[in-house]
Amino acid sequence: MLARAFDRGTVLFLVILAIAVVLVPLGNLAMEPGSAAYLPSYAVSLLGKYLCYAILALSVDLIWGYCGILSLGHGAFFALGGYAMGMHLMREIGDRGVYANPELPDFMVFLNWKELPWYWWGFDIFPFAVVMALFVPGLLAFVFGWFAFRSRVTGVYLSIITQAMTYALLLAFFRNEMGFGGNNGLTDFKDVLGFSLQDDGTRAGLFILSGICLGVFYILCRVIVTSRLGKVLVAVRDAESRTRFLGYRVEYYKLFVFTLSAMMAGVAGALYTPQVGIINPGEFSPANSIEIVIWVAIGGRGTLAGAALGAVLVNAAKTLFTGWFPEIWLFALGALFIAVTLFLPKGVLGLFARKRRRRTTPPLPGDIPETAPDLSREMPSGAQPKPAE
Amino acid sequence: MVKAAANSILYLDDVHRSFDGFKAINGLSFILAPGEMRAIIGPNGAGKTTMMDIITGKTRPDTGDVIFDGEIDLTREDEASVARLGIGRKFQKPTVFETHTVEDNIVLSLKGKRGIWETLFARRSPAEQERIDELLGLIRLADRRHDLAADLSHGQKQWLEIGMLLAQDPKVLLVDEPAAGMTDAETMQTADLLREIAGDHSVVVVEHDMDFVRALGVKTTVLHEGSVLAEGSLDQVSNNERVIEVYLGR
Repeated sequence: MLARAFDRGTVLFLVILAIAVVLVPLGNLAMEPGSAAYLPSYAVSLLGKYLCYAILALSVDLIWGYCGILSLGHGAFFALGGYAMGMHLMREIGDRGVYANPELPDFMVFLNWKELPWYWWGFDIFPFAVVMALFVPGLLAFVFGWFAFRSRVTGVYLSIITQAMTYALLLAFFRNEMGFGGNNGLTDFKDVLGFSLQDDGTRAGLFILSGICLGVFYILCRVIVTSRLGKVLVAVRDAESRTRFLGYRVEYYKLFVFTLSAMMAGVAGALYTPQVGIINPGEFSPANSIEIVIWVAIGGRGTLAGAALGAVLVNAAKTLFTGWFPEIWLFALGALFIAVTLFLPKGVLGLFARKRRRRTTPPLPGDIPETAPDLSREMPSGAQPKPAE
Repeated sequence: MVKAAANSILYLDDVHRSFDGFKAINGLSFILAPGEMRAIIGPNGAGKTTMMDIITGKTRPDTGDVIFDGEIDLTREDEASVARLGIGRKFQKPTVFETHTVEDNIVLSLKGKRGIWETLFARRSPAEQERIDELLGLIRLADRRHDLAADLSHGQKQWLEIGMLLAQDPKVLLVDEPAAGMTDAETMQTADLLREIAGDHSVVVVEHDMDFVRALGVKTTVLHEGSVLAEGSLDQVSNNERVIEVYLGR
């Protein structure tokens, strides 16, 4: 089962990831500032952020690339995971906040709240926050998917309601009464598990953790898509009703993969918050979710590695572009999306895969093998299998 | 009702179904004996496809009984459970998994567990491999097993879909226009293939092509406006005056 999952591309991806996980922290911690190999601390967090986006892209590719579920609301699961971790980091600030209240985060003191709302209970415990970062997105995806997939909402209609879901959460999280910091979100974090978030070592640790999570999720996705379950998912994508008439309960398969994907997105969000230092309702914005889909399309839908690559490439380009000409970034992104759709339907990764692909060549009319002699004799020439162009 | 259904594999009694006032199925009654092969003909809109939808759980009848194997009420089941009970369906338009190989198409159709964990940890057993080879031989696609289903000709896709049906090892096969879009030679081969299958399974074939139905040489049911107009051998029904009036005499 594992042997099937580890093809050459998979190993290559994991090797490149492993090299990055080793070299990036070394470049920051072991090199002197000023040396050519030195990597500034902000760059470590930036690259860590790209890895979180890569996990997010992976989660979208699993459902979109392999099961045909185009979620335009995956940013919501990412943000929920991010908020779960953010709530822990807020509690960890303790009495070092501006108002020095040991119980309440600053924004609650500012709103004149007297006690911690029940849904903040337990978030002072790190493992609880980690479980919630998986559980909350997973639960939302499960409930959402339960209704959507059972009612057989598919295609563009599903995309639209996922978009509505993330928009509804955006509006909800903007409200101060929700108790998640409203417009400003959660920020001013001090440390995680006792390690200062300003510390280079902590940043490097978070980067390494993000890299490991990406690797683990990548392997998990590979195991799934190369199993018979993965074949069923592709079958659902290509001919849903055929799959159903073969006896597969399509809605359960969709629900499984959608929930799993949401949990992956939640982990990505939980890793993102401490590295970026803030989580706010902007993460729920529908445009964010659409951008994820663009990363996947650019990298190569249905390739997993391509999705991760697309996330890193597009975000690196975004960092550079918004530094140089901030006003044209969105035009550049749009143009890139159109160009990729027109010229690289299999994404950037498709460029490499195209060279390696073995062409399937159906037998020519003259050399049909012995196993099917009756066909070659009786079929008029029009019905012969067409040779590949 | 169950008493009447005894000794039948498929039993439909006084089934009605309307869509926005249009009576697609209007008092349809139909009995299929185990091991029987039956051809169903009828003009467009006669209710052939709706009948298949009702049997396979895609559409629920407004009223009427649909009983499988003498005792199982099919009106309460959905597509997946009807398929698991042992009713396989071939669509009018060949529907195969185009981005899977021919072999994988068969693998996915093999009778077996259909749960998420079972498929995640599924390994191909020697028995399964044997069955796959046997089926690929039967549908004459053994040498194409590693090609994508998308690369098959139209007729070969039809056969692959029939192979997928057989892989499920169903008790009843519902086959919707298997010869549509086929050349004459392919049509005759398909008739041969279906006759070969019919020994072990009950088969319902919906077809427009009279030569094909003649080649099958089985009892024929004529549907018209959602109910049975005539039943008998093809010669009998094609000499029936009402049949000629609504269908053949055009």
